[in-house]
Amino acid sequence: MNIYQISVFLENKAGKLAEVTKLLADSNVDIRAISIAETAEYGLARLIVDDAPKASSILLQHGDMISMTPVWAVEVPDRPGGLYELLTALAEAHVNVEYMYSLFTHREGCAYMVMRIADEPKFLSTLGDRGIKLMTMEELGLK
Amino acid sequence: MANYYQPEIETMPYDQLRQLQNERLVKQVRHVWDNVPYYRKKMEEKGLTPEDIQSVDDLHKLPFLTKADLRDAYPYGLMGKPKSECVRIHSTSGTTGKRVMAFYTQHDIDLWEDCCARAIVAAGGTKEDVLHVSYGYGLFTGGMGLHGGGHKVGCLTLPMSSGNTDRQLQFMEDLGSTILCCTPSYAAYLAESIHERGLQDKIHLKAGIFGAEAWSEDMRRDIENKLGIKAYDIFGLTELSGPGVSFECEEQTGMHINEDHFIAEIIDPDTGEVLPEGTKGELVFTSLTKEAFPLLRYRTRDICVLSRKKCSCGRTFVKMAKPMGRSDDMLIIRGVNVFPSQIETVLMQQGYAANYQIIVDRVNNSDTFEVMVEMTPDMFSDSLAKVARAEKELVGALKSMLGIAAKVKLVAPKSITRSEGKAVRVIDKRKI
Ligand SMILES: [Zn+2]
Repeated sequence: MNIYQISVFLENKAGKLAEVTKLLADSNVDIRAISIAETAEYGLARLIVDDAPKASSILLQHGDMISMTPVWAVEVPDRPGGLYELLTALAEAHVNVEYMYSLFTHREGCAYMVMRIADEPKFLSTLGDRGIKLMTMEELGLK
Repeated sequence: MANYYQPEIETMPYDQLRQLQNERLVKQVRHVWDNVPYYRKKMEEKGLTPEDIQSVDDLHKLPFLTKADLRDAYPYGLMGKPKSECVRIHSTSGTTGKRVMAFYTQHDIDLWEDCCARAIVAAGGTKEDVLHVSYGYGLFTGGMGLHGGGHKVGCLTLPMSSGNTDRQLQFMEDLGSTILCCTPSYAAYLAESIHERGLQDKIHLKAGIFGAEAWSEDMRRDIENKLGIKAYDIFGLTELSGPGVSFECEEQTGMHINEDHFIAEIIDPDTGEVLPEGTKGELVFTSLTKEAFPLLRYRTRDICVLSRKKCSCGRTFVKMAKPMGRSDDMLIIRGVNVFPSQIETVLMQQGYAANYQIIVDRVNNSDTFEVMVEMTPDMFSDSLAKVARAEKELVGALKSMLGIAAKVKLVAPKSITRSEGKAVRVIDKRKI
């Protein structure tokens, strides 16, 4: 029930991210979510795309350094307090979120958060207890 | 403890040794003059005849030989014996033009093997030992050199050659190898493998003789601890014979040069002037006994220091420090000598590709020193904290090798510029 995220190593060099997005655009890969992490020296782009196998082979051929990471896509009600409820539930269960960002996709009053979690069993049982839905690749139209 | 193979030579009083060198040098210069037209021409250009060289004191008059000469004279131009008198060839790796081809008579091989035997005995080897030779066999001098030395000492000699780690460990365990000969990086790798497989109690090594590449004192201690052995350094060049030009004794404070066969000088790499003992400079060797490939005043380009301080092992041979790198590559950063080869060694040890770039600049009258290193895919993960940790480890390893701190920048693979396929290793902006 994981979805897959592609992380791309970016040297902090002007235009590097534009180059990556152009490569994907030229191959008709749709970016569904993106998040940038950086320190003073290094940057990292985390991407959810509609066709991860295709995107990774394009990036590898281009000489980019990438890694595939399993992450979770969590459904959140698209209203004030929706995210707060999810995070409170996780905090009460002492589940640490390593990082999270949102998918561009919205549907019928729902938004989706991409989450990376260290303690996955606890995370899954918390979601189960609270009836919070995890999205599958198929549901999000991802390959 | 009398760990000598040829005690009468290895502990010969200095005046006697000098006398022996004088006699051998005069004879060798005559041999070269008579048989190597290439060098004779060089002597004639300086107005020299063999009569001008009466002792080691006259050595400085002789012209140098360099790598360029070896290239010019490739392959037969520096031979001192006809092919019919030679019995073997060894060669360095490297592309044509850079490859060194060296020739041996049976007598040359005999003396070379004596030199290797001295190194084995200095490392505690006797006829009771099982000598595990994991240097490459073939054109490379490492395998056959130590192999021949092992025979001279009477060791049970295992010609393992390099590679096939499973078989190496199996033989080590089954036959009870006691002395390991290989490159330090392979020794480190074998040590790792032994630990991974939990074979520590089944391996009975007591010593290792490691050479043919640069290694740090930290690496030595690490190998010694992991294998439970004493690790000895050995030095040599194919041009001069191979391993055994110099070797370490139990003091581990430098390598004794086999001075009955080689005279070492330290010169200023810019002026060619001979420098006094204890000064850092380029190492130059004169071979005194080689027949087939008799090089006189051969510039190694290695930067090194010699010391004649009395050694506790009783040997009178001068000691050379571990070469610090190549004279033509040396950088001086914040007053410290830095060699790209040292950086390369650290990168290899840490599992990086040896593709890097050094950027030196001067900001506010102080040198800045940055090393750009290409990451490897298996080092990258979805965490900048891990990248930062890898960087920190590399900074620490570089500092312990170089003695000064470098700023490390990890970059994507293949992002370091290569011009005409060859990487630019050093950008010294202080000179621009
Ligand atoms: Zn000694």
